[in-house]
Parts: sequence; structure tokens; C-alpha cells
Amino acid sequence: MSVDQTTVAKIASLARIKMSEDELARMAPELSQILDWVEQLGEVDTSQVEPMTAVIPNTLRLRDDAIDADPLTGGDKRDAVLANAPAAEHGFFGVPKVIE
Amino acid sequence: MSTYRIQGATGEWEVVIGLEVHAQVTSNAKLFSGASTAFGAEPNTQVSLIDAAMPGMLPVPNRECIRQAVRTGMAIEAEINRWSRFDRKNYFYADLPQGYQISQLYHPLVGEGSLTIEADEKAGIPQDKVVGIERIHVEQDAGKLMHDQHPTMSYVDLNRCGVALMEIVSRPDMRSPAEAGAYLRKLRTILRYVGSCDGNMEEGSMRADVNVSVRRPGEEFGTRTETKNVNSVRFVMQAIEHEANRQVDLIENGGTVVQETRLFDPNSGTTRSMRSKEDAHDYRYFPDPDLLPLELDDAFLEECRASLPELPDAKRRRYVEELGLSDYNAAVLTAEVETFARFETLLAETAKRLGKSEKDVATQVANWSLSVAPGVMNALGDEANPAHATAGAQAAILQMQAAGEISGGQAKEIFEIVLKTGRAPAEIAETEGLKQQSDTGAIQAEIDKVLAANADKVEEYRGGKDKLFGFFVGQTMKAMQGKANPAVVNELLKAKLG
Amino acid sequence: MTELTELGVKAIRDGVAAGDFTALEVAEAHNAAVAAAGELNAFIVTTPDHALAAAEKVDSDRAAGKALGAMAGVPIGMKDLFATQGVQTTAASHILERFTPEYESTVSQNLWNAGAGMLGKLNLDQFAMGSSNETSYFGNVVSPWRHKDGGNADLAPGGSSGGSSAVVAARIAPAATGTDTGGSIRQPAAFTGICGIKPTYGRCSRWGVVAFASSLDQAGPMARSVEDCAIMLEAMAGFDPKDSTSLDLPVPEWEANLSADLRGKKVGIPREYRMEGTDPEILESWERGKEWLRDAGAEVVDISLPHTKYALPAYYIIAPAEASSNLARYDGVRYGLRELPDGAGLQDMYAATRAEGFGDEVKRRILIGTYVLSAGFYDAYYNQAQRVRTLIARDFEKAWAQCDVILAPTTPTAAFALGDKTDDPLAMYLNDVFAVPASLAGLPAMSVPAMLNGDGLPLGLQLIGKAFDEQGVLNAGLAIQQRAGFDAKPEKWW
Repeated sequence: MSVDQTTVAKIASLARIKMSEDELARMAPELSQILDWVEQLGEVDTSQVEPMTAVIPNTLRLRDDAIDADPLTGGDKRDAVLANAPAAEHGFFGVPKVIE
Repeated sequence: MSTYRIQGATGEWEVVIGLEVHAQVTSNAKLFSGASTAFGAEPNTQVSLIDAAMPGMLPVPNRECIRQAVRTGMAIEAEINRWSRFDRKNYFYADLPQGYQISQLYHPLVGEGSLTIEADEKAGIPQDKVVGIERIHVEQDAGKLMHDQHPTMSYVDLNRCGVALMEIVSRPDMRSPAEAGAYLRKLRTILRYVGSCDGNMEEGSMRADVNVSVRRPGEEFGTRTETKNVNSVRFVMQAIEHEANRQVDLIENGGTVVQETRLFDPNSGTTRSMRSKEDAHDYRYFPDPDLLPLELDDAFLEECRASLPELPDAKRRRYVEELGLSDYNAAVLTAEVETFARFETLLAETAKRLGKSEKDVATQVANWSLSVAPGVMNALGDEANPAHATAGAQAAILQMQAAGEISGGQAKEIFEIVLKTGRAPAEIAETEGLKQQSDTGAIQAEIDKVLAANADKVEEYRGGKDKLFGFFVGQTMKAMQGKANPAVVNELLKAKLG
Repeated sequence: MTELTELGVKAIRDGVAAGDFTALEVAEAHNAAVAAAGELNAFIVTTPDHALAAAEKVDSDRAAGKALGAMAGVPIGMKDLFATQGVQTTAASHILERFTPEYESTVSQNLWNAGAGMLGKLNLDQFAMGSSNETSYFGNVVSPWRHKDGGNADLAPGGSSGGSSAVVAARIAPAATGTDTGGSIRQPAAFTGICGIKPTYGRCSRWGVVAFASSLDQAGPMARSVEDCAIMLEAMAGFDPKDSTSLDLPVPEWEANLSADLRGKKVGIPREYRMEGTDPEILESWERGKEWLRDAGAEVVDISLPHTKYALPAYYIIAPAEASSNLARYDGVRYGLRELPDGAGLQDMYAATRAEGFGDEVKRRILIGTYVLSAGFYDAYYNQAQRVRTLIARDFEKAWAQCDVILAPTTPTAAFALGDKTDDPLAMYLNDVFAVPASLAGLPAMSVPAMLNGDGLPLGLQLIGKAFDEQGVLNAGLAIQQRAGFDAKPEKWW
């Protein structure tokens, strides 16, 4: 299934990656080639097979309802959370103004 | 059948409503991290590295959140899926650090269930109605954006981000704003009974996405709009009303309804199109590869079931059938968790003190709880300290009243003093002279005086004018300054008059 | 005295414990090797102080008579995909440039707890996407190997763990961490003549490892011997309650149970791995491998893994799909690069930041992943790929009825020159054709060096084991190591 430049532009927008016309023109045939190649999966009869859900048989563990039991997974660490922020002000992350 | 109709220029329209209620699960910690869920903390103080979606962070689910959602499912008699799975809903927004919300699309935790809304003639609900619930799934809440703190920036607070929500999705079964309101109230009651959500709409613990469409009665469903995040029963009803009328106007003027996300403005009671979500329709859901399928075992499910309390419908039925309460009293007493809890404690305490069955005292306790006690409290206003209204104090008052030691009026007066001071009812009755006279001698003496002073009326009574009995009672009570036990007065008068 | 940089993990650990040399001497020798190897471009940042501090601690513990950890005194390289507290962690991307985590990944913490120290953060393919280490924002890693004809074309060290393979092969570090999503430990190990093992999915915690494709990512060690891999894997692995997919099993004593005696074992040779176009020298190494394992007492049997040819296309749907979502968090809001053109709104900021912050290969995979998950395509692509994945895992399940471990080549060719395949993404992807099936099935798999080809470049052999049977893989690897007698090393030119 080949993808044209318009489709790539749409996907890029969905993925929030800004791309110039040049880039789109370059990327479209590359993506087409890859997608054409993965199409061969369609040959496989999978009508009797379930999609894989867990690669190694294992069940989902549930954790106890405890606050900050492990500092690595708990809260109360605003400085650490904001430490790398490009724009942190008054304890918030700042972003360009959003109109809802 | 709801008869609610919108009268358009071209005829009648029926409204079709479905609600997606987001209920915050009551838990200490978040769904996938150990950060606290407490309301009202300083910005970003209840945020873990996981909630902030730092590179390499991974989710581990909180058992309590799953348990509460399962118990909620059981409370609406829904199918509980022993095998469910978390999916990612992908979109970009500043309140969503991961770039996806962990939710459940393909295999939700809870399947088909229902709840019943009660008939309410005044609201246009002629009979009880069952509203279908399609599913309940568990998902993460998003953070919060603040737009008014800075001229060019919005501020992001992730405290709420990752708090567990149950999304409770109804069938499009409702046909009027009143039905939607009743559904929300009933759902809220159930959640609060179960203890899975505090139902506090002001703090955002419960929000509804309101799906509305209109159609000619009996025809196919029309195109629906979704109004997001409406946070009170009243607003939900307003939003439906406005949105349904908007759609009717639009169609009647030759337009078509666009499937879109809208925002409710509480100030104007209107809805408007939401710009920021316009292009977010392709969510690219897929199973979250960081999480394995969730499998529930028998022991887990049994505990969930065993820990369920008596639910509103069952409790209401029991109040009527076993306690002999009126339908109305049963409905009011079971509507709120706090109300029935207070009632049941007082009922037990009163029955114990009187050595009677709960059934025998239920009507007295219900009347006290629903009209007498609230009347006194309201009249006192700020002077009343509700903490003094213990079950013990109230039961003591009811006990004195049942024993004929105090009158109904005295009971109120004593309760008033209890509420103001916290003093013991028996002591108040004694000290303040709020006891009725049951001393037959004193009453007898007053009766003799009354009968002597009204010899003519005694003649008339004996001649067959039975109605005069009340007059003698009244005169005796008056002579006793209202403090005589009416039962004793009655008895003595009857004996005297023959 | 032997040069300390020639020593492996076991030799260093045992030598430090015995007092033959101090951990500090070892750290200093390796720090010097790191400093002298700038031309390989293997490190994104170096952390000599970290290595020294860890060594001093080991030396003082030893002086105090305290018990020493399994990696005590061993300085290692850390792939820059593992979050290291206070040390820049980039995944070789511009978008994470200068990102300094406030946390330590579980695997790196386990290694520090075992007494290891860090020489630096190793270069890699950006977000671990690549097979030649040519997609790093911080430049290509150059393999220490050269063609023996004296041609000095720069060769690829493999990828994505190309910094790791280069430093271990070049005797700059005795060992390094790697991660393997679709061959990223095994392929670079094969290209550079070293060992590397990807354990069973779930053995090593993924907590704190920058995610590429969550259902495939596994950390593992890269070192110059099977024994060293066993020691280091034991230190890295272990149950981690912070990772939902972590295996709640005790870590086996792989080192203590190493045995090259394969009597009673059956080695499967999958006929579908004999693909058209495979280098004859690769096939020759495979033949030798069979002989070595027979010599160790194993019985060699033919097996079939019928869905092998579909593994790579399935991988190139699943891995990009997961990656497209995993990489959505890089948006310029909470950390990393932010590009904010004049007048840009929030969504413009995202698009500009991600355009600037991601390299071409990362963009390509995000776009593929976004496409295959988008409305209308999910079933045909993603679900079909996951169904095929079930069939691939089932192939292995059936094979285990006939054999205990599988022997195959690691790669279809020896190392290629940098720049050779950069214009053809698909040709690059095909390099992982032998590595990907074990990744899709979550199985332990290892590459061990077998021989040099005619150009004087190393070729690796791959061993694939049953789930949880790293021991079987290591033991077969050890049997090959003992018989192959591979002791070639790159001549120092840097």
C-alpha cells in the first residue's frame, strides 16, 4: 500500500512532526517501500490465532494503595519533577497560551 | 415513556441522551503511581516521575482502584470481565504528559449493567425506568491547565494527572433533562453507597460528558454532539436543554448537526464548539505494551462482592417492607449515605433503649429524623452544634417521649437545648421542668375542678354529645399548663365521665 | 603485569578481591583508555569521577574486610539509554540533549550496588533505532575493526548498542550494558567479535530505560567472554516491582552453573535461517558451530521455524507502533528541547520541537507507527502483526519439543562500512533478520564470536534458548567459546 505525500503530511501532523514539502517528498517513497514490504504479512492465515498479548506468560501484578511508599514512584518531589523543565514558573510548567 | 418534547416550528422533537460519567475512584494513591490523590494541594506537589512521564517511567496498577471499579460494576449488576486490558489513547495536549491516556477501549473491566430511576410525576417521569449501562472502564485523569495566570502562557499542574477515573457509559436511553438528572443522582447515590467515589461534583470527582441528539419521535437517531466535562446535575440538565434546542433550531433552519465536541458555559447555560479538540479524532488506540492483561481470580471477586453494602434499591425496599415506612420516607432516608447511616444508628439505639424491635419504633424514629429534628436544627441555625446531636442524646429524648415522660413539644425544647449546649436530655428535662405530669392525684384534682366548673357541659356530654370529650381534655391540659401526660388525662377523664 | 585494560570482568573482580591490583588502578587505566579513544566517538559523555568514586569505595570496603559485590571494581560503559541520576541521558537524541535525570534506572542501580563503576554514557543509535550507530545525533560510532587488507574505510560497530560494542572490543571497557529490541545487543556483538546476551523478556527491569518498543526492549550485558556476560547479567537482572512486566523469579546462579558439557542436549538447526543471499562465510561459521557443539556432546537436529520470514515485517509494524506512542512524551513541555517559533501555539510548539529534536530514522519509524495504528488500519497492520507474532512464538514452542537450544547465525553478513546502507532503510532493516524472531518471542538469545572472515572481520553465532533458560544459552555459548578459540582483537589505530 503506497502512501502519497498528502497522506504522509497527514500522518506527520497526527504525530506532531513538522515537515517541509522537501522532506515529505523524500519520506513518501521510503515509507511506501517499507509499507509495501510489511504488506506480505497479509499472506499469513491468522484466522485461528489470537493476537499476542503477553510475550512471556505472566499476569498483571497489582500494587497496594499506599502513598509515596517508594520515593521513586511517589509524589511530593516538585523540584525533581520541574528540574529539567524548559519553562517552569511558580511551581507550574509553562506552555504557550492555550485557547480551549 | 417520557413525554418530554421540544416544540419546534415544524413539529415535535424527541431528545436522545447518553451520559459518559467520569467518576474519580476513591483511593489514596493514583492509578499507576504512588503519588497522593488528595484534593487542593500546591501545584505539582502530588506528581511522581511516572505522572510527569519522565523517560523510562512505567505504570503499575493500584489494586484498590481496580477493586472499587469491580465493586461498582457489581452494584449495577453488570458483567465483570475476568480478563481485561489497558489500551493507550494517543493524542497531544499539555495536560497529558505521556502523549497518551491509559484507558480501556477493547476489553473494559466491567460490561453490560443497568440502574433504575424512580418514577417522579412532577418531573415528567411517569414510572420507574431502567437505564442501560454499556460499560465501566478504568482510566487516568489528565492534569489541569490554567489560562489566566500569565499574559502569554498557560500553566500546567499535574496533581490530578494519573488519578484513577471510572468512565461509566450509559446507553442512549434517556429522553429528557429530568431523566438525565435522575440518572446522575441515582448513579451518584450508588457510588457513594459502594464507597467507590465521593460524588463531590464541586471538586470534580464526578463529571459528565453529555451526548445529545434530536429526532422526530420514533425515527432513527440523529447526529449527536458531545458536551464535555459538565460538573453538576443542574448544568447537565441545562446543557441538554440548550443543546437540544440548538440542534432543533439548526435543523429547522436547514442546517445539519455536526458530530463534534462542545463545551458548556455555566454562566450563560449554553454550549459552544471546542476548538482545541477539533482534530483529535484519530486516537490510535492499541494495547498498552507496558501492562499485561488484567486477570481477576475468584478470591478477588469474592472479596469485592462480600464487601458490598446493602444497595439503595434493596434498602428502600426493606424500609418499606420490613420497617413499615412509607414509600416517601423510605426514599428520602435512603437517598444519601449520611442520612441512612444516621437513621440506622438512631433506630438501633432507640430500639435497644426501649427494648422493642426496630420495626416497632421505625415510624417514630423516621418522623423524628425527617421532620422533627431537622425542623429544630433549621430553626436554630448557627446556634446549633450538630456534633451534639448524637444518636445517644436523640434516642434518650425519644425514649422519654415514648414512656410518656415528656410531650412532643417538650421533646423539641429539650433537643434545642441539647443542640446548643450538649447537656444530657434527662438532666435538661429535670432541671428545666420539661416533664409532663403523670401523677394521677394532681391530674385528678384538676379534672374535678374542670368538671365542677362545667357542670352544664358534663350534662350535655352524658346526654350523648361525645365531641365534648376533647373540650374536657383541653381544659384539663390548660389547667395543668400543658405538662400533663395526655394519655393519663384521657384515661382519668374517661373513668370519671363514665 | 598484564595490562589492566586487557582483563575481563571476572579477572578484574577476582584480581581486586585477591589484592593483585586495586580497583582504583583498574579505574584509572580504563579512564585513560577512554580519554585516548575520542576517534571512536563511542561516548556521549565520560564520567571518570564516577568510575573513580566506585573504585575507591570498593578498595575501602575491601580494606575494611567487607564483602564485595559481584562486579566489585569493574568499570563499565553505560549505554546512554539508561537514566543515570545527575548524568546527562539523551538516547543519542537532540530532543533529550542536556536532560539530566533525577533518578537512576533499576539496572544501572543494580550494577552500582554490585560494585561496578561508570566510565561514561555510550553512544548508540538514536532512541536505539538503527543497526549501524549512524542515527545518533552525536555522530557515528566508528568500529575499532578494520579490513585486514589495510583499507581504512570506517566500519559500522553495529547497532543500536554500537558504543557498547566498540568500547568492549577496543579494550576500553571490560563490559558495557546494551539493550536489545530487535537485535541491538547481538548484532553489534557479532560485528565486533564480542559476546552479548539478551535475557528472557522481563529478566531485567525496564524501569528507567528510555523506551523504544516496550514489548520487546530488554537490557543485557556485552563483554568479551561468556563468563563475563553471566556475571554481569546476574548483577543486572532481578524482579522489580516498578515494572509490571518484570519477572517475579529469583535470579539463577548463572556464573556458578556454567558448564560446557552438552551431553544429553539437543541443538536445533532451523532450516528457514538458511536464506538466499546469506554470506557463504556466515554459512561456514554456522557449520563450524554445529561441529563444536557436537564435540561438546550435543546432538544436532534439524528443526523448522516456518514463520521466520514474517518475523521482520511483523517487527517493523509492532516496534514502530509502540515507538510512535512511547516517543509522544517528548514534546518540549517538561524536559528536553523546546522549539518555540514566534507566535507558535501549543500544537505548533510540539510539531517544531519534534521536527528539530528527532532524527530522520526516528521520524520514519514514528510515521510508520502512526500510520499502522491510524483509523482503519489497526486490524490489517497491528493486529495482524500481533497474530503473526503468536505464530512465531508457537514455532519456537514446537521446536522445544525437539531441541533444547537453537544455533543460528547472528547476522547475514559481517560488519559493513559506515554509509553503506544509509540510503536504503529496508536494506538496513534486513540486517536484523536472524535476530528479530527471538525478540518477538521474548526468548533469551546470545551472540558469541566464532571466527574471522576473509577480510579479517569477526562473525558471530547466535544461540536461542527456551524462556527462562539463559543457562542453556550461556552453556552452549561457553562450549563454542572454548572450541572456537577466538582471540582476535582489533589493532589499535585510534
